[in-house]
Amino acid sequence: MYRYDQYDQAMVDARVAEFRDQARRRLEGKLTEDQFKPLRLMNGLYLQLHAYMLRVAIPYGTLDSRQMEMLADIADKYDRGYGHFTTRQNIQYNWIKLEGTADALADLATVEMHAIQTSGNCIRNISADHFAGASADEVVDPRPYAELMRQWSSFHPEFTYLPRKFKIAVIASANDRAAMRLHDIGVRIVSRNGEVGAEIYAGGGMGRTPMIAPLIRDFVPIDQMITYAEACLRVYNRYGRRDNKYKARIKILVHELGAAEYTRQVEEEFAHLLSVGVEPPREELARIAEYFAPPAFVDGPKTVDRSDPDFALWVDRNTHRHKHDAYVSAVISLKPAGGIPGDATSDQMRLVAKLAREYSFDELRVMHTQNLLLPHVRIADLHALWTALDEAGLGSPNMDTIEDIIACPGLDYCSLANARSIPLAQRISERFAQSGRTEVVGELKLKISGCINACGHHHAGHIGILGVDKKGTENYQLSLGGSEAEDVSLAKITGPGFDEDGVIAAVEKVTDVYLAARSDGERFLDTYRRIGMEPFKEALYG
Amino acid sequence: MAKDMGTSPDEVQFRFRDDERVDHATITVDACCDQTNATAVRIEPGDDARVLLPFLDRLALVEVNFPAFGDGRGYSSARILREAGYTGELRAVGAVLIDQLSHMRRCGFDSFAPDKRLDEEDAARAFATWENVYQRAADARRTIADKRHEA
Repeated sequence: MYRYDQYDQAMVDARVAEFRDQARRRLEGKLTEDQFKPLRLMNGLYLQLHAYMLRVAIPYGTLDSRQMEMLADIADKYDRGYGHFTTRQNIQYNWIKLEGTADALADLATVEMHAIQTSGNCIRNISADHFAGASADEVVDPRPYAELMRQWSSFHPEFTYLPRKFKIAVIASANDRAAMRLHDIGVRIVSRNGEVGAEIYAGGGMGRTPMIAPLIRDFVPIDQMITYAEACLRVYNRYGRRDNKYKARIKILVHELGAAEYTRQVEEEFAHLLSVGVEPPREELARIAEYFAPPAFVDGPKTVDRSDPDFALWVDRNTHRHKHDAYVSAVISLKPAGGIPGDATSDQMRLVAKLAREYSFDELRVMHTQNLLLPHVRIADLHALWTALDEAGLGSPNMDTIEDIIACPGLDYCSLANARSIPLAQRISERFAQSGRTEVVGELKLKISGCINACGHHHAGHIGILGVDKKGTENYQLSLGGSEAEDVSLAKITGPGFDEDGVIAAVEKVTDVYLAARSDGERFLDTYRRIGMEPFKEALYG
Repeated sequence: MAKDMGTSPDEVQFRFRDDERVDHATITVDACCDQTNATAVRIEPGDDARVLLPFLDRLALVEVNFPAFGDGRGYSSARILREAGYTGELRAVGAVLIDQLSHMRRCGFDSFAPDKRLDEEDAARAFATWENVYQRAADARRTIADKRHEA
């Protein structure tokens, strides 16, 4: 994986010093709160309901054991002994004090980590396929391209005061595991006639106006990718709406101009920028790519002893096919039935770090589904790994099931939320786990947001739940048919909302409809797409 | 000179050029296009800087106004002018704050007339924040990647 050289380290150190100075000027009254706010946001520091929240960047979701151990130390030293892994492959701490923030950032910098641009109206942390470098189906490892974009987007002088936040995802497979087309820019690295390039999608997003990004360029030569991204951003910076915060994302610009007109403007700017010369030297990508060279895989057994049914179930559910046939990628579920999705204690983080050292070439991933992942595990080691995970409460065999719920922090933490998300996720996962229905239902992605900002990706859930405030009480709208994957679609609302008990019952009812109607091998989503909304509505409201 | 039509030289707090200061008022972009002898113009956030490209060789001062520090359109305007070869004074005016200085400098601004005078020490530190830079921009600094791969 990538390692900082003296330049990268100096940049992060400079940023820590800059933030320390900004905090000092704030305390001395030289900066108003209005002036300080965008600065602290660009260092990942939000003011939430009860305290500050610090969001730490995990670029493209990749980290090593030393970094994970530091995340555990930060949790103990500056927070309450736990952290929350997010859909942006980041980690958030919910009980941070302003006075300690610069020290926490300095601690992070000692292990090549930071909180730069994890918030604010700038280019955010770049996300990527969590199976990058491991999956059998990728064209190339997408992370060198994401790292190139990380460097380009860090402290970009022109794009620090954009109309609104800007999220980029990079994948390199036909299978989309990063919700690529629901990003401001989605990049798919492709190979055409042996030449590597990038497909560019622009103007996707969730929030109150969800949109699927249209394809705006089917092939940018790889040594022009940064220039193309710069053109996309410049057109957005100049013409994105600034009159209304809710219409300021690039998706609104692309929608209002039309994809063809936005593309025309980008192409014009691209041609101009090619003549200016903003692309990093070609050798830089090669330099970065060397850090992502595959580890030394060795041959070994390709099957496991399935005599323990619990282990066999976990293997079936939580492992993913690897490019080397003696290995798999193993998902560490942060979704114990009744637990808080994405939360991990410092002890769990330390255990996972140790397991990464023992079983996965010292490499870890954060998944956008709020789980962790060991990308390269020998099939021969799986039983030992599972035993250790199970003992620590990290062995839930529920990847992509209804228990694998994505949920935002909701009204328990967030100052924007209208309703709680976490208790709902806890009750639903507990109920399905206890009734044994999780396995019967199979793949079913349930996503919960506590407000219209959609941090819980409810638009992209096979089942989505949106918490709203209805005359002072929490109310939950149910939607069906969304997907963040290569078969991307936006979920549709079933009808009037429910109270907390009502929406849990409603989720059970829609799974009843599915189980009664499904034909062989159909997932919930497939059945919904075949039979449509009506049978579900009939069961819910009929 | 109307207060809202440009800053006077004594309002300029930081200037990174040695040539003589333009001492007359700026005019709007629209007026500049009609007036063949204008040498100083002021760009508002909604203006298209490219409209000025035919007149660049007669301009000695372009002010880019930042009515609000969070409106970043002026950064693009500045780079566009420098990319087109503009070598005259490029002045950031309005809500120019300490923490914007280093980015503005990279986008090609070489003079600064903040609404409120800035602390000199804080400003000096801000201009020097980044010993190295990742991206190519309007300031022709060699990037980190350039340094990594120099022969």
